[in-house]
Amino acid sequence: MDKRAEATDTPEYKVIGTRPVRHDGADKVTGRAIYGADVHLTGMAHSRILRSPHPHARIKSIDTSEAEKIPGVLAVLTAADFPELEDKIAHLGEGSVNLAFLAANCVAKDKALYRGHAVAAVAAVSPHAADEAVKRIKVEYEPLPATTWVLDAMKDDAPLLHENLRTDEMGEKGDKPSNVASHLHFETGDVEKGFAEADVVIEREFRTASVHQGYIEPHVATALWNEDGRLKIWTSTQGSFTCRQQTAELLQMPISHVTVVPCEIGGGFGGKIAVYLEPVAALLSRKCGRPVKIIMQRNEVFEGTGPTPGSFVRVKLGAKKDGRLTAGQAWLAYDAGAYPGGMIGPGCMCVFSCYELPHALVDGYDVCLNKPKTQAYRAPGATQAAFACESVVDELADALGIDPFDFRLKNAAKEGTRRVDGPIYPRIGLIETLEAARNSEHWKSPLEGENRGRGMAAGFWFNVGLKSSVSAHVNPDGTVKLLEGSTDIGGTRASVAMQLAETLGIAAEDVHPIVADTDSVGYTDVTGGSRVTFATGMAAYEAGLDIRRQMAERAALLWECDANDVTIEGDDYSANGNSMTFREIAANLHETGGAVVGRATVAPEGSTNGFGCHIVDVEVDPETGKVTILRYTAAQDAGKAIHPSYVEGQMQGGAVQGIGWALNEEYFFDNQGAMRNASFLDYRMPTCLDVPMIDTIIVEVPNPAHPYGVRGVGETPIVPPPAALANAIYNATGVRMRELPMSPPRLWKAMAEKAGSRE
Amino acid sequence: MIPFDYAAPATVEEAVALLAEKNGQAKILAGGTDILVQLREGLRRAELVVDVKKIPELTDLNYSPETGLVLGAAVPCYRIYENAAVAAAYPALADATRIVGGWQIQSRASVGGNLCNASPAGDTIPPLIVYDVVCRIAGPKGLREVSAAEFCAAPGRNVLEPGELLISLAFPPVAPHSGSAYQRFIPRNEMDIAVAGAASWVQLDPAGKTIEKARIALAAVSPKPVYAEEASVWLAGKPANEESFAHAGELAKKVAVPIDDMRGTREYRVHLASVLTRRTLADAVKRAT
Ligand SMILES: Cc1cc2nc3c(=O)[nH]c(=O)nc-3n(C[C@H](O)[C@H](O)[C@H](O)COP(=O)(O)OP(=O)(O)OC[C@H]3O[C@@H](n4cnc5c(N)ncnc54)[C@H](O)[C@@H]3O)c2cc1C
Repeated sequence: MDKRAEATDTPEYKVIGTRPVRHDGADKVTGRAIYGADVHLTGMAHSRILRSPHPHARIKSIDTSEAEKIPGVLAVLTAADFPELEDKIAHLGEGSVNLAFLAANCVAKDKALYRGHAVAAVAAVSPHAADEAVKRIKVEYEPLPATTWVLDAMKDDAPLLHENLRTDEMGEKGDKPSNVASHLHFETGDVEKGFAEADVVIEREFRTASVHQGYIEPHVATALWNEDGRLKIWTSTQGSFTCRQQTAELLQMPISHVTVVPCEIGGGFGGKIAVYLEPVAALLSRKCGRPVKIIMQRNEVFEGTGPTPGSFVRVKLGAKKDGRLTAGQAWLAYDAGAYPGGMIGPGCMCVFSCYELPHALVDGYDVCLNKPKTQAYRAPGATQAAFACESVVDELADALGIDPFDFRLKNAAKEGTRRVDGPIYPRIGLIETLEAARNSEHWKSPLEGENRGRGMAAGFWFNVGLKSSVSAHVNPDGTVKLLEGSTDIGGTRASVAMQLAETLGIAAEDVHPIVADTDSVGYTDVTGGSRVTFATGMAAYEAGLDIRRQMAERAALLWECDANDVTIEGDDYSANGNSMTFREIAANLHETGGAVVGRATVAPEGSTNGFGCHIVDVEVDPETGKVTILRYTAAQDAGKAIHPSYVEGQMQGGAVQGIGWALNEEYFFDNQGAMRNASFLDYRMPTCLDVPMIDTIIVEVPNPAHPYGVRGVGETPIVPPPAALANAIYNATGVRMRELPMSPPRLWKAMAEKAGSRE
Repeated sequence: MIPFDYAAPATVEEAVALLAEKNGQAKILAGGTDILVQLREGLRRAELVVDVKKIPELTDLNYSPETGLVLGAAVPCYRIYENAAVAAAYPALADATRIVGGWQIQSRASVGGNLCNASPAGDTIPPLIVYDVVCRIAGPKGLREVSAAEFCAAPGRNVLEPGELLISLAFPPVAPHSGSAYQRFIPRNEMDIAVAGAASWVQLDPAGKTIEKARIALAAVSPKPVYAEEASVWLAGKPANEESFAHAGELAKKVAVPIDDMRGTREYRVHLASVLTRRTLADAVKRAT
């Protein structure tokens, strides 16, 4: 059922808003789509990686001689095979990276900084030979003290990960080495004054565990180093150009010598932007003269990639009796993992992003510790912040006796609101989204029964613009081949093709989208930041305009008139009583000068914004602390839903990941700093028996910065669930959970403690 | 994974001969859902893998109300819960076989394999203990019998000597006015290993008011699944009501000596032992009446 809130004054669209079968659907459901693991090249070697068993250790020596003797071994690699790199910052579109750190994260140099850190790699004729060989590599480690909790890593006496790292305080470096890579600070107004004006002030502390993106497809890469110095890579990546750039920089070769072929991708969620395997496979290929393939095992994915930061967040909010917020203050420490550059920036920007706060102060810390280098995960940094902020907002509303929706609506950010980090919102749809949620059947129907509770929370995420390029070729049969550089993770072949189809007035099925390699399409930034349907869609629209202009010229040639006299109505071109359809003009392409190629490159400035609001009903088993989700509704402003099914799919997928994060997922470390649950058995992501159908409400407040009003939708839906669940659990049990995950043992303990304190 | 040889003997004698010859370096394969994973991950090693699914005694399932159930050690879970007579007679066993892994696993995984694997969290083991099942073992020295409660020795270790294999599990016939149940606690609703598990078996008086006999066993709260003797004995003669169940739960938890790990804390597991004991007793009594 299409439950989109009624939008007024939206233009009539022919393709946009419909639900055609996705272009890549048949290949995927029949198992024909080519994923990274499907790449098999003649003479291909298989590689396995040796990983550190210690969370923190100096690598004193590596002896590979025994490994080299194993029959079938072709090459062995250590960090010494990488070119020397200075500290250089490479800009990767979404985020930037210090190349020396990036290289050391691919293969540890002098120190292993987390358990699972790659130390060496072997290429062999079979995976079994490679397996045997890595076991024969002798590494002499000097184990060092380790730390895996962010507040411990900030202490003065914490084990130092990087001897040369000094805290960056707004451009100034600290005077002594520290695990704190940077301190961010944002301020508006005068919080002291704001809190003094408040009738109620609530300050709380929140903790969240590291969680992994949990994509079903492990990292995989195949590299072929040609005799002429050109390198070709087949991989599973969110950004083929970003992968090309990182690999070229790490190997110190021109980007034009590297071709990246993006295979189908079995999920990324932010975790498949940084390279891990590509440079290793490339160097091994150069060493052994054969194509080399590396596939990670699931435990390597958990221990060697991702996760997203564990965090400590303190939020303080003040409000007047009437519910108006007067001030907000937040202190956030996010772990960056082994190398600087975690998700603290967006965490700081998002913590208060749903509200109009006259006075606000936010401090954030990026902290290195002995976990894998953290990576983006769907709205990176926002979920931890929203868990804290939305819990305190709920508590404030409760303390003031105000309905949670009324409280949020009273303070909701709107056009003109200044976010604490500076930007002033253009037209946004938070109010409409909150209203749609409040008017939902779900919120309006009573929740009955013992141990049950309902909660809600709002959430925010940006849509970044960055750069996208497409080209589109008109075929003589009237169809159009669309080449794009955005890897398709969430149905974007369909959503981008549909925007081109709409622009050309043709059917969605008549556009054939192709995700092309880095040699075949213009530079395109990563699939991330909720940007593809927005920015690559915008490029498709512009390319469509380009094609229309050229098709009008062809029609003018046929009719011997001026191209400016041709008017275009959908797929109908006419001038001076002549009229032809797009398809008819296409049939004449060879007679009118050959192929029509439309092209466009866009680089929309800044970011636009997506807001969501989730409602959840839970039942808590009072004896075990297990939470059962009875009902769940997600509402979100999509600007304009190009393909509503994929908007709903994003909302549902994000909600489910947020539910997993809230209830059970966590990196469980033993006191030696080793992860004890590096498998899908014990890293408990929700299964289909753990979540009900996620109902969706698509709100459409068109984005003024996009020709069809699109707002990105991919990330926002992971933001509200932990807070919505915490609020629901409170309403069910009277216990405020301030630590994620709210797993059964924790919730049971909290309930038992509350019962104990009552007695 | 290290290469190994594979044999699929058709008789118990052949199997015993192969196993005895390898003197501990052979591993038995039933459904393979434990052993293949363990071999691949290097947790166990084998020179020879002996597939026992071709041996009739190990794949037979014989049930009659008079003599009870003789369950071949390699019979997969689905053949138990899909057999209406067996599922009705031994509901705790049916409960457990329905939750081992998922459908795919249940089509391979055997109760014998679950027992021999001797995981503290093996779901079908507490039911075997409460039914007082007899494990029939063949070896170079002939046949012997061990009770289910004595079969596991330590995490991942059982009482079998090199060269021995488990042939079948003998369940006594169903006593009148009896009922049983198994429950485990997992944070999700599938694909999980028990944080704690409990099986209860009760026999009531003909009026259904008083518990005449009871047997309770727990999983995942000690190095091996364990019979909760004190609680079981205490229940005899007690009224079949919530109060008795709750007290039995408190007594049962005394045998719980769990570890702290990623699946649950010690304190939580001890608490769950009493909750699950109470809940399974209530179910067992309901099923007995
Ligand atoms: C995805 C997944 C989910 C799982 N979920 C559960 C679960 O929910 N609950 C649970 O309890 N377990 C679970 N398991 C573990 C496993 O499935 C069970 O323990 C299963 O019952 C083992 O039976 P099998 O026939 O596959 O044994 P196998 O793997 O063939 O054998 C298990 C062990 O017993 C030995 N063995 C087998 N037969 C004999 C014999 N006749 N004589 C002597 N030794 C023998 C083998 O050598 C091996 O050491 C799961 C496993 C997987 C892979």
